[in-house]
Amino acid sequence: MWEYAPAPESRDIANLKPAYRMFVDGQFVEGGGEPLKTINPGTEEVLAEVSTAAPADVDRAVRAARRAYDGVWGRMPGSERAKYLFRIARLVQERARELAVLESLDNGKPIKESRDVDVPTAAAHFFYHAGWADKLGYAGHGPDPRPLGVAGQVIPWNFPLLMAAWKIAPALACGNTVVLKPAETTPLTALVLAEIIQQADLPPGVVNVLPGAGDVGAGLVGHADVDKVAFTGSTEVGKVIQRQLAGTGKKLTLELGGKAANIVFDDAPLDQAVEGIVNGIFFNQGHVCCAGSRLLVQESVAEELLEKLRVRVSTLRVGDPLDKNTDVGAINSREQLTKIQELTASGEAEGAQRWTSSCPLPDKGFYFAPTVFSNVSQAMRIAREEIFGPVLSVLTFRTPDEAVAKANNTPYGLSAGIWTEKGSRILWAAQKMRAGVVWANTFNRFDPTAPFGGYQESGFGREGGRTGLEAYLDV
Amino acid sequence: MSENRIAVAKTYKLYIGGAFPRSESGRSYPVNDAGGAFLANAAQGSRKDARDAVAAARKAFGGWSGATAYNRGQVLYRVAEVLEGRREQFVAEVAAAEGASAEEARSLVDAAIDRWVWYAGWTDKIATVLGSSNPVAGPYFSFSVPEPTGVVAVLAPQRSSLLGLISAVAPVIAGGNTAVVVTSQDRPLPAVTLAEVLATSDVPGGVVNVITGRTAEIAPWLASHADVNALDLTGAPESLRADLERSAAGTVKRVLRARPSEDFTREPDLARLRSFLESKTVWHPIGI
Amino acid sequence: MAATSTAPSLPPALADAVRDDASLRRFLHGLPGVDQVGVEQRAAGLGTRSIKKAAKLWAIDKAISMVDLTTLEGADTAGKVRSLAAKARRPDPERPEVPAVAAICVYPDMVATAVGELAGTGVDIASVATAFPSGRSSPEVKLADTAYAVDAGATEIDMVIDRGAFLSGRYGQVFDEIVRVKQACGDAHLKVILETGELATYDNVRRASWLALLAGGDFIKTSTGKVTPAATLPVTHVMLQAVRDWRDQTGELRGVKPAGGIRTTKDAIRYLVAVHEVAGAEWLTSELFRFGASSLLNDLLMQRRTQLDGHYSGPDYVTVD
Repeated sequence: MWEYAPAPESRDIANLKPAYRMFVDGQFVEGGGEPLKTINPGTEEVLAEVSTAAPADVDRAVRAARRAYDGVWGRMPGSERAKYLFRIARLVQERARELAVLESLDNGKPIKESRDVDVPTAAAHFFYHAGWADKLGYAGHGPDPRPLGVAGQVIPWNFPLLMAAWKIAPALACGNTVVLKPAETTPLTALVLAEIIQQADLPPGVVNVLPGAGDVGAGLVGHADVDKVAFTGSTEVGKVIQRQLAGTGKKLTLELGGKAANIVFDDAPLDQAVEGIVNGIFFNQGHVCCAGSRLLVQESVAEELLEKLRVRVSTLRVGDPLDKNTDVGAINSREQLTKIQELTASGEAEGAQRWTSSCPLPDKGFYFAPTVFSNVSQAMRIAREEIFGPVLSVLTFRTPDEAVAKANNTPYGLSAGIWTEKGSRILWAAQKMRAGVVWANTFNRFDPTAPFGGYQESGFGREGGRTGLEAYLDV
Repeated sequence: MSENRIAVAKTYKLYIGGAFPRSESGRSYPVNDAGGAFLANAAQGSRKDARDAVAAARKAFGGWSGATAYNRGQVLYRVAEVLEGRREQFVAEVAAAEGASAEEARSLVDAAIDRWVWYAGWTDKIATVLGSSNPVAGPYFSFSVPEPTGVVAVLAPQRSSLLGLISAVAPVIAGGNTAVVVTSQDRPLPAVTLAEVLATSDVPGGVVNVITGRTAEIAPWLASHADVNALDLTGAPESLRADLERSAAGTVKRVLRARPSEDFTREPDLARLRSFLESKTVWHPIGI
Repeated sequence: MAATSTAPSLPPALADAVRDDASLRRFLHGLPGVDQVGVEQRAAGLGTRSIKKAAKLWAIDKAISMVDLTTLEGADTAGKVRSLAAKARRPDPERPEVPAVAAICVYPDMVATAVGELAGTGVDIASVATAFPSGRSSPEVKLADTAYAVDAGATEIDMVIDRGAFLSGRYGQVFDEIVRVKQACGDAHLKVILETGELATYDNVRRASWLALLAGGDFIKTSTGKVTPAATLPVTHVMLQAVRDWRDQTGELRGVKPAGGIRTTKDAIRYLVAVHEVAGAEWLTSELFRFGASSLLNDLLMQRRTQLDGHYSGPDYVTVD
C-alpha cells in the first residue's frame, strides 16, 4: 500500500503572536472586554489570547468610523478610495501564504482550501470592488449614488478572512466606513487584515475590527450611530437582528443558513456529479451556508451513484488542517462538533441509514468522519435542519417535478445544484429553484462578479456583482 | 330621465382569488366622504379573509410568475385600458374620498392610469436592466436574473386612495409577484373599484387580492404569516410599524419601510420594483 | 459488425452491447457524459497532492518499474535498441537495487534485436503494430504487421485504433479490428492506443475506452506520442474511470497506459496519485499501469538519487541512452 507521508505546511509561516488586540481608529488597542483564548481546533491547543470589546469600545469604534466617514472617507473621490482598495488587494496577495496558514490554524480548514480558495478569493474581492469605487454612477442607481455612512458588520467563523473581504470591500468601495466583528472562535485573520489595512495606510477609523462574542455583535448592530448592518451567520441570529433593527430605519442585509438540494438526474455526467456532491458537502467540513447538504438523486441511477459516492468519499483524507494532503480538516469548535453529533444521532434514530467513512481520525482535535445518510425522507430533521458539518442526506425522486418540489420544500433558499446533460432541463430546473444561487453541473463556485445571497429565510440582499453594491448605497 | 330617480347603490366587497366575497366575519363598516357624509358600507375584512387572500395569492403565484414578461406586460396594459374606460367613476370616487376638487381628482386619476402604464411597460425590461452576465474568473457561464419574491402583503397608502394604491400595487405585480392589498382604511372605495377593473381585465384571479377594513387589525396577521414573503409598510399606522417589522422577522420577510411623506405625484424610480425582486445567479461550466 | 469477429466472453448486459452495430452505438452513446470542466478540475485538484519522503521514494521506484521505455524513431538502429535494452534491465548501473523497467517499446523490425537482449530478464518486449502511428492501411496489412511482431517475440502489442472510423461513427468496424488484432496477438498482451489527442472530447475518450475494453484490449493507452496533445491527466482520469467501472461490472482488471509528454518525476507522481485515488490501489502495479516514456526514466533516477543522497543530482550522473 502507498501511504502518503505527512506533508505539513510550516506553522511558523503564520507569524503567530501570543496576543492580539482590537483595531480601533487606526491603532491596535486593548479592549475592555474579557480576553478570549482562540484555539486550534485541529489540536485543541490555545493559539493566542485576543482582547475583546466592551460596550465602551463599540462606541469608540463607531465614533471613530463616524469621524472617518464625515471627515475623509465619505467625501474622498472614488478614484482615491479605489487606490486604497487596490493596495489592500495586493497586500493580501503578498501575505497570502501567511494568511492561509493562520486561517487553517484558527479555523481548522485544510490548508489547500485556505491557500487555493479563501485567500485568493478574498484578494479578488478587494481587487474587484476597488474598480467600482469610481464607477458607481454606472451601477444603475443614478449618476451619483451616495454611501450610507457607518456599516456595522458581523461575520461567521466558516470563512473568516473571506467573509471579512466580502463585507469590507464593497462597503469601502461605496464610501462607507466599517466596524467589523469577526467570529468569537476565529478572530485572527481579520486582525491581520487590519494590519494590512494599516500597512495600506488607510485613514484611521475607516476600518475598525472588534473581536468578541455575540454580545459585541448585538451592541454593534444596535448602536444608534450605525447606519447599515450586514450580517452573515445563522438564520436564528439573523432573525434576532432583524427584530432588533425593526423601526430603526437602519438598512439591513442578511446572509443566513441553507439546506441546499443537489439534484442529480439520470442523464448526469455521473463521475463529475460525484465530484460536485463531494465538493458540495465536504468542502470546508460542510461548514458552508450554501452546502449541498441534501442530495436528490433520480431513482434509476441512485444505486450506481451512491456506490460511486461511497468509494469516492472513502478516499477523502481527514486530519491535520496544515497537511497539504488533507481534504477534510477539523470541525471549528467543540460546540459545533456536538451539534453535528446530535443531529446525526437523530438521523439514525429516525431510521435513516448511516454510512460513515472508515478513514482514521486524529486522537486530539475536533474531527468528524464524512457521513452519508441514505433512505432519508423529507420529514427527518437531517433533511430539514442545517447540520453545518460533513453530513449528507440522500433522498430519491422519480420525476423532474418531484425533484423540484422536494428541493423547494424548505424555508431556506440559498443555493441549489442541478446535474444533467440536457440543456433545456438545466434551464427549466434553474428557473424553478427558489434559491439565490444555482449551480448546474458544478457546485460551490464563488466569484466577486457573481451576486451571492438567498431567498426566503436564507436572507436578503446580495454580495458581489453590481447587485451587491445596492447593500452599501443609499438607494 | 327623471331628476328624482333613485340611484342603484353599490355594495363594496372584498376581492379574493378573483371573486367578490363579503367578509367571512359578516362585518362591514361605514365609509364617509371627506366631508363626513356617508358613502357606503365596506366589508370589514378579518384575519381569516387575510388568510384566504394569502392562499389565493400563493395559488396564483406559479402561473403569474411563470407567465412571459411580454404576457404580463400585455395583461397590465389591458388593465390601463379598462381603467381609462372607468375614468369618470374613479374621478368621482377619488374626489369623494380625498375631498379633492373634480379637477384635482381628474389629475390624480390620470396620473394613476399613466403610472399603471409605466409599470406595464417595465415587465419585459426588468431583467435587462437589473440582471447581469457575470464575467467570472473561470470556465463558467454565469448570469444573474431578477425573480419575483413571492406573495407580497401591501399596506396601501392611507391618504392617496388611487394614485398611491396603484403606485404600490403595480410594481409588485409587474415584477411577477402576487399581492394581498390592505386598502386605505378610510378611503377604500377606489380600491374596490380597481378590483372590479382587475376582475374584468385579463389579470388572473388571485394575483391581486383586496381587503378593506381596519389596517391595524389585519396587518399583524399578514406580517406574521409564514407564507407571505414580503411586506410593504407604506400604509401601516405609525405606532404599529416597528411591531410589524419585528413580526416580519419571524420568517425573514423583505420589508419595504414607509418613506415619510412619499409623494406619489412625483416620477417613480425603481426602488419599489427592486424591493420585491430576488436575484438568482446561475452557473454552468463551459466545455466541450 | 462482421460476423467473423467473436467477442470475448462478457456478462450478459455487455454481451448485448456488442450484438450488432446498432447495439454497440446505443451502448456507447448511453454512457454517462464527461463534463470537461469538472474532470479537469478534479485532475488539477488531485495534482496538488504533496508526496514527500518515503512516499515519494516508493512512488519513484514504482514509476520506474512501470516505464515502457520507448524508442519509436525512423532513425532507430539495432545499436540504439541494444543500449535501450541495457538501460531497461539496469536503469541505474551504480545502484543495482533500482528496479528494471516494465518493458521496452519498439517498432516491429526491432523486436528481434530487443528479444536478443532481454529474453529471460523479465523485461517485456512491446512492439507497436497496425500501421502505427496513423493506422491508415488495410486490415490485412495491420494483421500482418501484428503477426510479424508477435512472431519476432514481442510479448506485448501496442495497436492503434482507426480514428477515422471511430469519428465517423463506424464503431463496429473499430471493434472488429481490435478483436482480430487481439486474435493475432495470441499470448501477447494487447494495448489499444486510442490516440486521444485526435478524439477531441472526453466523451469520445470514454466511448473509445469502453469500445477497446469490450473488444478485449488488455490495456487502453492514450497516445502514440506522435500527436499533440499526447497523454494528459484528465484524459487518463477518464480512462482510469473506465477500467474501474469495467472491474465493477465484470470483475476483470484491465490496464491503462498514458504515453507521450510525461517527462518529470512530478508528472509521474501526479499520474500515480490519480491511479491510486481514481482507479484504486490495486492498479498500482506494472501489470495494470504503464508509462509510455523515454526521458522520464532519467528524471526518475535523478530524483531518486536526490531523495537518497540528500542533495540535488545532475544529468551527468545518470546515463544517456
